[in-house]
Amino acid sequence: MSSLEREIEELEESASSEYERQRVPAKALKGPSAFWGMYAGEHTAGTEFMIGPLFVKWGADAFSLIVGLLLGNLLAVLTWRYLTATIACEERLTLYYKMEKIAGRGLVTLYNLANGLLFCFLAGSMITVSATAVGPFFPPGTIEMPTFQSTMPTGPAWIASCIAIGVAMTLVALKGYGVVAQVGHYSAPWMFLVFVACALVTLGRLGTADVWALLTPPEGTPKTISFLGIVFFSWFCNAAMHIGMADLSVLRFAKKPSAGWASASGMFLGHYVAWICAALLLIYWVRQHGVDPQVGKDPGTMVNDAVGWAGLICVIIAGWTTANPTIYRAGLAFQGMIPGISRTGATLLAGGLCIAAGIFPAFAMNLLDFVGIYGTILAPIGGIIVVDHFFADAVGIPRDPAERSGSAFNPVVLVAWLVPVAVAMWLYKTQGVFASYLPLPCAIACGLLYIILSKLAARDAIAVRA
Amino acid sequence: MKAAATSVGLLALAGTIVPPAVFMLQSIAAGQGGTPGLSLDTVKAIMLVSTIAWFAAAPFWMKVE
Repeated sequence: MSSLEREIEELEESASSEYERQRVPAKALKGPSAFWGMYAGEHTAGTEFMIGPLFVKWGADAFSLIVGLLLGNLLAVLTWRYLTATIACEERLTLYYKMEKIAGRGLVTLYNLANGLLFCFLAGSMITVSATAVGPFFPPGTIEMPTFQSTMPTGPAWIASCIAIGVAMTLVALKGYGVVAQVGHYSAPWMFLVFVACALVTLGRLGTADVWALLTPPEGTPKTISFLGIVFFSWFCNAAMHIGMADLSVLRFAKKPSAGWASASGMFLGHYVAWICAALLLIYWVRQHGVDPQVGKDPGTMVNDAVGWAGLICVIIAGWTTANPTIYRAGLAFQGMIPGISRTGATLLAGGLCIAAGIFPAFAMNLLDFVGIYGTILAPIGGIIVVDHFFADAVGIPRDPAERSGSAFNPVVLVAWLVPVAVAMWLYKTQGVFASYLPLPCAIACGLLYIILSKLAARDAIAVRA
Repeated sequence: MKAAATSVGLLALAGTIVPPAVFMLQSIAAGQGGTPGLSLDTVKAIMLVSTIAWFAAAPFWMKVE
C-alpha cells in the first residue's frame, strides 16, 4: 500500500469516528497548525474569483476595499476567536449535537433541511465558476459564457459543461472527500500564489503598481455598496460558520480557544488579498477592453487571459475542492432528514440539486446577496447557542432544555429562530436592505426572543403544575 | 526523496510567482507602449510547468493533518 493510500485510509477512518455524539477526548485534540492550513484552503475558493469583480460592479471605492475589507475581516476573525472557538473548546460538541440538546432532534432535522438546501446553492455557484474555465479550452464562441446579468443558462454547451463538472464533483463526493481534501490541502499555497500572479500580470499590463488608483472607480460610476456594506459583507459572508456556530464542529478539536486566530489565514489571504486580486482582473478588462462593469466578464476568460492554463486549472480546482465537501455535507444533511435513504442516494440527490443550481448563473452572479441570506437564515441558531452557553444561568433559564426534558422538538427555539428570519426576509425583499446587514441583528433578536420565550414557557409550566 | 520533493515544490512555487512579478516590474519600467523582456507567453508557460511540478512534488512532503 502506498503512503498516499495509507493517508487516505487514515483520513476516511478518522472521518467515521469524529466523536459526533460525545465530547472530543483529550487524545484527539489538535494543535493550532492543523487549523491555519485548513482555514487558508477553505477560504481561497473558486467563488473568490466572482466576489472581487462583483465589488467592481457595485462601484466599491478604493478606501472601502482596502480599509473596509481589512476591518470586516478583522471583525470576522475576532468573532471566530472570542465566540466560536471559546464555546467550541468549552463544550467540545458538534453544532448538531449541541443543537439537539437545546432544540431537540426534530428541530435539528429542520435545520438540516435549510442547511442542506443552502449548501446546494453554494456548491452550485462553485460549479458555475468552475464551468467558466471550460470555455477557453474550446474555440471562441463554442460555449457562450454568462455575464453578471445572466440568470438563465446561456445555451446547450454551457449546460453540458456544468453537468460534466457537476457529475465529476458528485462522483468524487460519493467516495467520501478524503482525496479532495488532500488535493485542497496541496493546492492551497499554489492557489493563493495564482491569485497574486493574476494581480501582478494585470498591474504589469496596466503599467502601474498604484493599486489605490486602479481600485478607484471612474467618476459617475453608480455606487451600490458603501464602506459599511463592505465591512458587513466581509464580516458576515461566513456568518453561518462563526456567529452561526457551524465551526463548532471543527474548532471542538482545538487544544485552546486561541486556535480561533487561525481563521485569519482564510480571511486575510482568501477574503482580502484574493478578492482584491480578482477585482483587479475585471478592472483591467474595463479599462483596456471597454467591458461594462455592470455586465462583467466570466472568471475563466479573465484568468486564462492573465496567466493561461495554470489559471484555468486554478479556477477548476478552487471550485472543485470547495464544492466537493459542500456536496458531501449537503448529502449528510439530507441523509439525516430523509429516513431510510442511503449515503449514496443522499449524495446523488445533493449533487443533482447542485448541478441544477449551477446551470443557472443567477446564484453565482448574485453571490453578494446570496451569502448574506445564507447567513441570515443560519446565523440565528448561533444566537441561541451563545445565550445557552454564556447567559442561561444568569437569566434563569435551563441550559440544554431539550435534553433535560427529553423533548424532541422545542417550539421556543423554532419561534425564536423563525420570527427574526421572517422579519429579515421581509426587510430584504420589500425594503431593499442589503442582505449582509441582517445576520447580526437577526442573531441578537433570536437570542433575546429565546430568553423571553423560555422564561414565559417556564412560568406557564409552573402555573400548570400548581 | 523528501528533500528532493521539497526542493522541487519550493522551486515550483517560485516558478508560479516570480515570473509574473518580473513581468510586472519590466512592464512598468518599459512604460506605455514598451515591451517587457519577459513575454507574457513565457510567463504562462513557466507557470504551467510549475503547476505540474507542484502537484507532482507536494504529496511527498506536505503533511496532511
